[in-house]
Amino acid sequence: MQKLGDFKLPHFFNYPPYFTLQPVRETREKQVQLWKDLILDYCRTQKIFIIGLEEEFPLFSNPVIERTLSHEAREAFFSALVSEGRAEWLDKGHRKCLILWHRIQDWAGIILNFVKDNGFEDSVMTVEEIRSGIESRGTELHGIDRTILMRALKILEQKGKLAIFKGTSADDEGVKFSV
Amino acid sequence: MANFFSKAEVTSSGRPVLLRSEVECHLLSSVDLEPEDHHNFSPLKSGLLILTTHRLLWLPSSSASTPTSAAAIPLPAISHIFSSKKSLKSMFHSPRIRFQVLVSPDGRVFDPGSGSGSGSGLGSRSVVLTAVVRGKGDCDGFLGKFWDSWRARAWETNETSGSGSSSVSGSGTGTGTGTGTGGGLYSSDGSVRMVGVAGILRKEQELWESTDKSLQDAFQDLNALMSKAKEMVMLAEKMRQKLLSGTNSQASATNDEDMGSKEEMQDWLLSVGIISPVTKESAGALYHQQLSRQLADFVRTPLERAGGMINLIDVYCLFNRARGTELISPDDMLQACSLWEKFDVPVMLRKFDSGVMVIQNKSHSDEEVFVRIKSLVTKPEALRSGISPSDAAMTLGIAPAMAKEHLLTAESTGLLCRDVSPDGFRFYINLFPEIDPRDVYLVKDYGICDTWIKAVSTSGLR
Repeated sequence: MQKLGDFKLPHFFNYPPYFTLQPVRETREKQVQLWKDLILDYCRTQKIFIIGLEEEFPLFSNPVIERTLSHEAREAFFSALVSEGRAEWLDKGHRKCLILWHRIQDWAGIILNFVKDNGFEDSVMTVEEIRSGIESRGTELHGIDRTILMRALKILEQKGKLAIFKGTSADDEGVKFSV
Repeated sequence: MANFFSKAEVTSSGRPVLLRSEVECHLLSSVDLEPEDHHNFSPLKSGLLILTTHRLLWLPSSSASTPTSAAAIPLPAISHIFSSKKSLKSMFHSPRIRFQVLVSPDGRVFDPGSGSGSGSGLGSRSVVLTAVVRGKGDCDGFLGKFWDSWRARAWETNETSGSGSSSVSGSGTGTGTGTGTGGGLYSSDGSVRMVGVAGILRKEQELWESTDKSLQDAFQDLNALMSKAKEMVMLAEKMRQKLLSGTNSQASATNDEDMGSKEEMQDWLLSVGIISPVTKESAGALYHQQLSRQLADFVRTPLERAGGMINLIDVYCLFNRARGTELISPDDMLQACSLWEKFDVPVMLRKFDSGVMVIQNKSHSDEEVFVRIKSLVTKPEALRSGISPSDAAMTLGIAPAMAKEHLLTAESTGLLCRDVSPDGFRFYINLFPEIDPRDVYLVKDYGICDTWIKAVSTSGLR
């Protein structure tokens, strides 16, 4: 079985038609489905949040069978992810994509669980501490994309679970939990 | 009534089966055939009247009646053709053609071919028939051709040439008769007799000269061509005979290459020769209808050879080659093909999504082709690197363009899927339906995926 680092690739990664956008509807639907799953799986295990469509990305080409995804195919697969709410375009030109292997509200739930597990119900933390602090190490929150984290925190703020305030430095913000 | 007329055979697509060296001359549509005073048969209503050099044929219109009800009157049975009367009354009537037919004692149209009682019964009784032309056809033109054909007595020349088939060439060159008569240097007609190799050479040359002459005559003008048509066919048949006898007598002497070229020549001669092409001149408004039927009869052999489906362009070339002269335009071809929908013929025109048009048997099924394609793409080599349209063309024995259409159709049904890469456009067996999105690593035993993985892994890809 072929591997990308510690990620196990499925057999069909060596199937040449997998890299050509199929024109027949039924076949194409199945192909798009398989690509969506593979991209989300890979991003989750590798903690990848942003993919540039025009940049190098391990899944976009398979040197073993010498096949590369066309730009049209890349855009088709990511558009399918976007329409399902599992990704968002970061620019109008559809060149960069934010991958949401957890939806924003799921991320919010993960944050709440993290807070409860560590007894931070009434504590104050900086956003950076949540992303890279000792407490988050080993959890899914470790290394989370800042944009995703901020949007998850905003959802919780609207629900009254926390308050966001400006921190001492300009680029860091504080969070006051009140779960 | 069916007993009154001679039987006329019709092909499955409704074209008359012509006799040897019989040529179609004119057609008229919506013609009634009525007896004038006798009641030998009930009137035949609204059919197609075809004049040939040998017979007058009446076919029921389209598929309304069974083809067995087609009627024929041999031209030798006709004893008189009445010239059309130009009267005030006739201006308001549908045009009529009247003619007298000899009837044998048993109450049927006299048939010279049957031979029964023809000697004694000849002329004992005759019946006047009237053909009422209700269509818009060229009635005067028909009458003129009718006279011409009747007077030409083509059936008689056919009989004489049939009895002495070997003398046809001899009469042309003049040497055949001379050699046998005397022992001197001069033949009976005064020319110097040649013996040995020189004689053979001269004989050959004379033969060629006469062939050349008849070819030149043939192309002088179109009328001459029509009258030469029969000779041309006879020439072709003679050449075939000669080739046949040649291969039999010298089979041991000729090498393989020679045999091959002779077989090719024979094949070619056989494929040439629609003796009586349907022309715009002879059929007029019925042109496309009759052409359509003739085409349906014609395509059967090439269709069979091509495996049930053939490109329209290929048929166009084959058909025009068979016609020799009187070529048809691509537009006429297309019209004739699209008329098949209205007739009960075993072939049909099919247009692929890509715009490619083909002729195929109605019984032809894509399923059969798909089965063959599937067996092709599941071979280990094809599993590894797919197939190109030309691979499929070679295996299926069809043209690459046609093979590509089949592959695209197979793709649209989900049997295949494509791979576009710098290596080109290739097709693979479709594995997508078998992959379970919930567990992409799972491989079902004995499935096509399993077979594919085994084929790929043995190639040392991993």
